[in-house]
Amino acid sequence: MAAVTQAPQPTRTRPPKRPPTQATANRRALWFLLLPSLVPVVLFSVYPLLNGIWLGFTDAQAGYQVDYHFNGLDNYVRLLKDDVFWNSFKIGLIWAFSVTILQFVLALGLALLLNAGLRFQWLVRPLALVPWAMPSVIVAILWKLIYHPDAGILNAVLKGLGIIDTNINWLGSFELALPAVIVVGVWAGMPQTTVTLLAGLQNTPYELHEAAALDGANGWQRFRTVTWPALRPIAIAITSLDFVWNFNSFGLVYVLTEGGPGGRTQLPMLFAYQRAFGNGEFGYAAALGNAMVIVIMAIMGAYLWRQLKEAV
Amino acid sequence: MRTSPGVRAAQYVALFGYVVFLGFPLLWLVSTAFKPPAELSQLTPTLFPVDWTWSNFQVAFAESQLPGALRNSFVVAVATAIITTLVALPAAYAIARYRSAVRNATIGWILISQVFPFILIVIPVFIVLKQIGLINTLPGLVIVYVVWALPFTLWMLQGYVAAIPRDLEEAASTDGANRFVILRAIIFPLLLPGLVATSMFAFINAWNEFFFALVIIQDPALQTAPLLLARYVGAEGSVNLGPLAATALITTLPSLIIFSIIQRKLVSGMLSGSVKG
Repeated sequence: MAAVTQAPQPTRTRPPKRPPTQATANRRALWFLLLPSLVPVVLFSVYPLLNGIWLGFTDAQAGYQVDYHFNGLDNYVRLLKDDVFWNSFKIGLIWAFSVTILQFVLALGLALLLNAGLRFQWLVRPLALVPWAMPSVIVAILWKLIYHPDAGILNAVLKGLGIIDTNINWLGSFELALPAVIVVGVWAGMPQTTVTLLAGLQNTPYELHEAAALDGANGWQRFRTVTWPALRPIAIAITSLDFVWNFNSFGLVYVLTEGGPGGRTQLPMLFAYQRAFGNGEFGYAAALGNAMVIVIMAIMGAYLWRQLKEAV
Repeated sequence: MRTSPGVRAAQYVALFGYVVFLGFPLLWLVSTAFKPPAELSQLTPTLFPVDWTWSNFQVAFAESQLPGALRNSFVVAVATAIITTLVALPAAYAIARYRSAVRNATIGWILISQVFPFILIVIPVFIVLKQIGLINTLPGLVIVYVVWALPFTLWMLQGYVAAIPRDLEEAASTDGANRFVILRAIIFPLLLPGLVATSMFAFINAWNEFFFALVIIQDPALQTAPLLLARYVGAEGSVNLGPLAATALITTLPSLIIFSIIQRKLVSGMLSGSVKG
């Protein structure tokens, strides 16, 4: 990074009588340039976020002219006794871990294949990116058509192969709804992970691969000793982001199942949304949001801490 | 480095598996969109339509509020794209050129905004928009989208600014040109491709967004395309699957087209953070 200090320049290029004014002018120009971005971000992002955290410690309700009061940890005491909360966080963690891990494994496989100089790249590369560009609502509809109990292709194919003999209601089944939804999550989130890993792979030095191959290392040994060390920081970054995105995910599952059947796919965000805009319990929903932040921070902290320790 | 034929074959089998997993859902969407109603209610559906038909598209456009929803989505996405880029440009320039603490603050904010669940932001935003009378309006939605797209937009744009050599500006300034003239005559033309890519990114973001729209828009006349589709799904029967697929296909097209144009830049923009540090 070029460490350019602003202060000495004016004294060099300008007549020496005005150096302090120039420095202040620079500073003023900086703030002037930042202001158009800063104002909306503070008003509609920083302030709401801080206010949202604060609401989690109040009894706020939806509606006009309703006063609300600080109520300490009441919301959290209620949370701990709320079975629906425990259920949704359990499902949220199963969902976030499964989707993130499957996404990573499948994306790494695809990235390695795309990096192996195979043919049909013109077909696979665009296919690997398409889900990224699609609205989550459309991805959900896409898979609803596949899972459809009567007109869906999945049942037709499985019947044709003789694996099942009656149509399965994938998204309506207590046991199958969550796995079915997880598959969709993996499909929707694979592109970013694949692209990021592929870029990482293309940055690993080719000479090292050649040297390792000359030394008689097989594919797996080359992957372990050459590819993985170079890819590791990128892999950690993208799995962390994936986990956070997945744990906070909403639209996909909302359209697929609305959290059903019987709450079997009710991710934390769906639960919080229903509390906030179904029941109007703003304070309680914000407390749920705070609990989600704590869970994410704890898991990310543990993960990154372990990765850092292993790296040393 | 030679790969043995056996390994090659296994690689192609795996690649084929990926093509099926990734491509099949898309194929099925297209197939459903072009099937006549009779074929959709068949007990054993066929992979491709036997009689290709446009009737689902006609039904989608005629019976639903699709044209209105597409127009709303378009207006919101274009407004978001333009405003986001205009607002972000000066700040992106400042971040790239002054390299102060602001730069780190931006990165910090991008990361923080990822960690916090939207529910924490959406409730206060809902309250604020209600107080200023912008709840259930398209301008209210645009404001939220602009702010939401800003951090990443800033990051992309500052990368483009940083790629323009500083010497160009300094040469001009020793020639006596003032800052504004320098910006307009030298920086802006060089930055144009970056501005286009950035605004397209903001467009896709707004076009695809669902959660904020769900909370902010209640009036059916103001709903965006994703909202319409989500509501459409609730009322599905076998007969409605065709129009549903047709609507989904139409709604995806704009993002797909724009995405195919900017995907390279998007990827490099995303990675510039981890590479340049």
